[in-house]
Amino acid sequence: MLSVDIEARLGTFNLSAKFDSTAGVTALFGRSGAGKTSLVHMIAGLSRPLRGRIAVDDMVLFDSEKGINLSTRQRRISHVFQEARLFPHLTVRCNLTFSPWADGRTPSMPFEEVVDLLGIGKLLGRRPAKLSGGERQRVAIGRALLSGPRILLMDEPLASLDQARKSEILPYLDHLRREAARSRSSMSPIRWKRSRGWRKRWSSSPTARSRQSAPSAKS
Amino acid sequence: MQPLSPAEIEAVVLIFKVGGLALLVTLPLAIFVAYALVRWRFPGHAILDALIHMPLVLPPVVTGYILLILFGRHGPIGGFLHDYLGITLAFRCTGAALAAGVMSFPLMVRPIRLAIEVVDPKLEQAAGTLGVRRIVTFFIVTLPLAMPGILAAAMMGFAKAMGEFGATITFVSNIPGETRTLSLALYTFTQSPDWDLAALRLAITAAVIASEFVSRRLARRLGGN
Repeated sequence: MLSVDIEARLGTFNLSAKFDSTAGVTALFGRSGAGKTSLVHMIAGLSRPLRGRIAVDDMVLFDSEKGINLSTRQRRISHVFQEARLFPHLTVRCNLTFSPWADGRTPSMPFEEVVDLLGIGKLLGRRPAKLSGGERQRVAIGRALLSGPRILLMDEPLASLDQARKSEILPYLDHLRREAARSRSSMSPIRWKRSRGWRKRWSSSPTARSRQSAPSAKS
Repeated sequence: MQPLSPAEIEAVVLIFKVGGLALLVTLPLAIFVAYALVRWRFPGHAILDALIHMPLVLPPVVTGYILLILFGRHGPIGGFLHDYLGITLAFRCTGAALAAGVMSFPLMVRPIRLAIEVVDPKLEQAAGTLGVRRIVTFFIVTLPLAMPGILAAAMMGFAKAMGEFGATITFVSNIPGETRTLSLALYTFTQSPDWDLAALRLAITAAVIASEFVSRRLARRLGGN
């Protein structure tokens, strides 16, 4: 369960968000500039809210009153960024095994399973520069999964892709979501943030149990 | 042409010794300082930046003199090193390496700094979300991505260390076999009327060494593409 209740100040813009989610998948909607990315960054520990509390299950990640602010690595939250952010000097295989290799983490899913799930078996020997946008995004998702995360955050992972690439990745995400629902104990919940265009698809999907409230923005 | 005389060989060996030692000590330090200047904001940022560039702006003899005051046997730092660690720098080849290192430091920090500036901090951030420690991220993400700049800096630093003259002669003098590097040997030869030929030979030696470096570099460039 993810619970967020925070207030933050971004320049002249005040962001306050409050929601609890027990679902396998939580989607966050809001118009551009509403502070979705900022909120996701705060959950991941990449930036610091002004005050409030963020917790996953019984683990408090941030609590301004108690002075708790876990570092990004302590939170064990993986992040799929809009622009993939693969390491350009490493092959796809090394990118995927980056976290287990560099930090000794045990992935919650076996390597082969993730590779199969995302259909990236043929790309393992290549460098990120030789990948298409869709392939890059799939590798980024695989890399995040293999870091054994408590939660997987996806910040508009499809935003930088054209329609064809989007429809290339969507089945994998769908598959991933089903996979996560099946093995809830080992890898759940998964959360993502996606652009509005995909809302209908997800809310009409009968298995996507999600409760969400858009961050309310006051300026 | 005759093979090199022992004195000449000594001078050539010495520049590699001095240059190598200088590089060994200053390169990690230059990488650290460059990283700190790019990624960290701290009080005294501008002062550190200015301090690093001092040897570039000051006349080398002044730098050598400052080194002599600080690192001489009775200087504040030199005295400490001598009394507690048994290290003497003044008039030793380690001192020549220090002078070479200090002089080449700004030339090394600059390219490394530029190379680190180009490394996207978002990649380091991504490594953080994958649970990797900052220090590990530095070694497996930042450093490899900045490697071209670091190699260029090592090259520049070594070349500068080879050619260093003013600070070296002021700080550690011109002692054969200890601090008389190629440049100092060449200078010594030009001072006596009978040694014109020896000076010329050394100059040619220096040119050969330098061109060897350049050709290696060119070969790597061409081989790389």
